[in-house]
Amino acid sequence: MCRSILAAIILALASPLPAFQIQEETVFEVDKKAGALRIISTADIDLFAPIIKSFQVQNPMIEVHYIGVTSTEIMTAITQENEAFDVVISSAMDLQIKLANDGYAAPHFSAASDRVPGWGKWRDSVFAFTQEHAAIVLSLDAFQGLDLPKTRQALITILRENPDRFRNRVGTYDIRESGLGYLFATQDARTSEVFWRLSEVFGQVGTQLYCCSSEMIDDVSAGDIAVAYNVLGSYATARADIADKIHIIQPEDFTTLMMRSALLPVNAPNTEGAGLFMDHLLTLAWSAPRSADFPFPNGTTDETANSAKLRPIRMGPGLLVFLDRFKRDQFLNAWEATILQN
Amino acid sequence: MTSPASLRRRLATQLIGSAAILAAVLILLFLSFSRQIAQNSQDNILLASATSILENISVRNDEIVVDIPYSAFSMLGSVSNDRVFYRIDNDDELLTGYSDLPRPDIQAATNAFATRSYLDADIRTVSALKVIAVNQRIETVIVTIAQTQEGLTDQLNALFKQALGIGVGFFIISSILAIIAVNRVFRPLQDLATSVSGRGPNDLEPFNTAVPDEMVPLVHALNSFTGRLDRSLSRSEDFITEAAHRVRTPLATVRTQAEVFLRRVRQDNNRTTLKDMIRAIDESSRAAGQLIDQAMVNLRTDVLDRKEVNLGECIVDAVQRLQPIASLRDIDLKLAPMDVHFAHIDPILIQNAITNIVDNAIKYSPPETEISVQIISESDKIIIRILDQGPGFCQDDPRTLLGRFVRGQSSTDKIGSGLGLTIANDVFIAHGGGLRLYNRQEGTGACVEAFLPR
Ligand SMILES: Nc1ncnc2c1ncn2[C@@H]1O[C@H](COP(=O)(O)OP(=O)(O)OP(=O)(O)O)[C@@H](O)[C@H]1O
Ligand SMILES: [Mg+2]
Repeated sequence: MCRSILAAIILALASPLPAFQIQEETVFEVDKKAGALRIISTADIDLFAPIIKSFQVQNPMIEVHYIGVTSTEIMTAITQENEAFDVVISSAMDLQIKLANDGYAAPHFSAASDRVPGWGKWRDSVFAFTQEHAAIVLSLDAFQGLDLPKTRQALITILRENPDRFRNRVGTYDIRESGLGYLFATQDARTSEVFWRLSEVFGQVGTQLYCCSSEMIDDVSAGDIAVAYNVLGSYATARADIADKIHIIQPEDFTTLMMRSALLPVNAPNTEGAGLFMDHLLTLAWSAPRSADFPFPNGTTDETANSAKLRPIRMGPGLLVFLDRFKRDQFLNAWEATILQN
Repeated sequence: MTSPASLRRRLATQLIGSAAILAAVLILLFLSFSRQIAQNSQDNILLASATSILENISVRNDEIVVDIPYSAFSMLGSVSNDRVFYRIDNDDELLTGYSDLPRPDIQAATNAFATRSYLDADIRTVSALKVIAVNQRIETVIVTIAQTQEGLTDQLNALFKQALGIGVGFFIISSILAIIAVNRVFRPLQDLATSVSGRGPNDLEPFNTAVPDEMVPLVHALNSFTGRLDRSLSRSEDFITEAAHRVRTPLATVRTQAEVFLRRVRQDNNRTTLKDMIRAIDESSRAAGQLIDQAMVNLRTDVLDRKEVNLGECIVDAVQRLQPIASLRDIDLKLAPMDVHFAHIDPILIQNAITNIVDNAIKYSPPETEISVQIISESDKIIIRILDQGPGFCQDDPRTLLGRFVRGQSSTDKIGSGLGLTIANDVFIAHGGGLRLYNRQEGTGACVEAFLPR
């Protein structure tokens, strides 16, 4: 395959791209080791651990290495540095689709993969295992005395009317760094013009940029920021310890729905183990009622049926559009011009 | 095609073979049409995608700016799950996309399609171009969109299954029609065959049934053949009768004269000579008669002229004709009461056979004895049994007496030719039955059993 050339494209469309280095590797050891599985993932290890542990209950001889990275690092590792992993888990749907489109993902067929409905998989290579909202998380403390906004428009009004209270206390993804942040932002922009007006206001009050949802949530609970925009709802809901300090909004004008997905790279060293893990993950994700071992919103409920405000991101080649060099440059330029106006 | 196998099979094979060829041609045509249509629809959507990108190419600050609309790729994704590749070039300089994606030749035309191979997959690519002015220079922007062909292949596989179904259906229907047609064509031939084989052995009339033109020469040939057969048969029958007369009449004349002469001769040794002469004449006459009979029997056993007759009556009739000879020797002919047995036989032959057997019984029994004739009906056969009180068969194996011209030792003083049992045996074998010869257990005497299958 023409890896080098493809890599050049990736370089072009995602520059500047940090070289891949393992940031955080967690090893789930076993007593008698008969094989190892390397999972590269964007999901927080604390959240994901129960899935690995229940996998090891069924397969007690497989040692699992969990490597937590950002979604852009996954692209670098796989397309450029040809690193060998067995399972790739990412919240950046567009990058997962691109990996499959460019031939880095192996198709997988099993009883478990049959459970996944057509809208939850692409080319039998990319399999969704969650449906998660892009939420707005507010600090209850910071909003004391104010009506809690239910729509983006309401949030714009509040921010405009109270510029001092929220000065530099708004947070969102640094979409230049975070693949998920970029995905959320592009989908927002695709759905409604209100995204650009909101960004304009964010730019005016001053916005903190983050790499990850969990840090944003931490900062909201600590009171460092008052508003975190486009945060993974699942992460916020999972934090029972700070439930009384934060308020999670699924905006009523529209709420983007993202699917976390898994794929098996074509160069996986342990294909058998990878298949077993994929089946385990999909079985947990797509069975009702939700298993206690599964920390994410369950996939079996087709959320879109419940509410008209939900805008699911559909898997398909459309997601490749915003990965185009021109498209990305234009989008980032516009975004920088609004958010980073100071 | 030199084998003389069934015409019907040959015709049917040829018709079915052509049906198969037609069905295959039908499938191929259907497939090539559907491939064309499917390819056209993929091409159309690829071109629509490329066009929508071209429409979003603009010039800003003397730079070409490409703003791919979301729908350009999502429309491709809505049709199939195929992989999508693209590249956008300014003449030969890559602006964005997959730099090693093969491009179709696009020269004067505004768009061009090609099927190529890329990243281990077959792809369909389209290039479309647009000419724009950048800073007073004319630039050509070429948009190339490619899609793998898995969706198309799936679609064609489904169509192929359908086409196969249609083709096989067509083949089965035309085969059935072919077989019906072949049967219909061959019916007159079959009808002729049935009417030929259904005829009696003596029915050598010409065939007058209406036949198709193609069969007229065959029927003509058949008619002229049966005509010749008819003539030669009657000629040989005539010959046999003629021969009998030619031999027997002079013999009878000679015998009469010898008897007249015997009456006048007194000298003993001359009388003995004359008696020997008369006896020899009797033997010859008997032999001539039996030979003629056997010839007649042979002729008739080829094709039996079977009729449904009452077997009892038929036998009684034959036996009673021998009554005078039996009375001459004071022999009592006893006919057991006979039930009505209808049988499918040639009565002339059966009577001839019975006459020969009863004639033996009379000839080889001493005077004042009894001969009985019985009919016994068994589940699978009818037995005609003739019993006498004579010396019985002297041979160890009486079956040898069935041979032509074979005579027993007991019969040296009796006139005979050794053909009687041969004729009787031939007749019953021709009817599917046979003869059994044995000596009676109680008392003396011979027993001849003739049996006919039911
Ligand atoms: N009822 C019988 N009793 C004793 N011998 C018999 C009897 N029937 C036939 N035979 C023996 O079987 C021989 C063959 O019989 P067959 O009728 O064939 O010839 P044939 O009587 O000698 O001559 P013909 O042809 O004139 O009848 C006879 O020569 C005789 O020896
Ligand atoms: Mg005889």
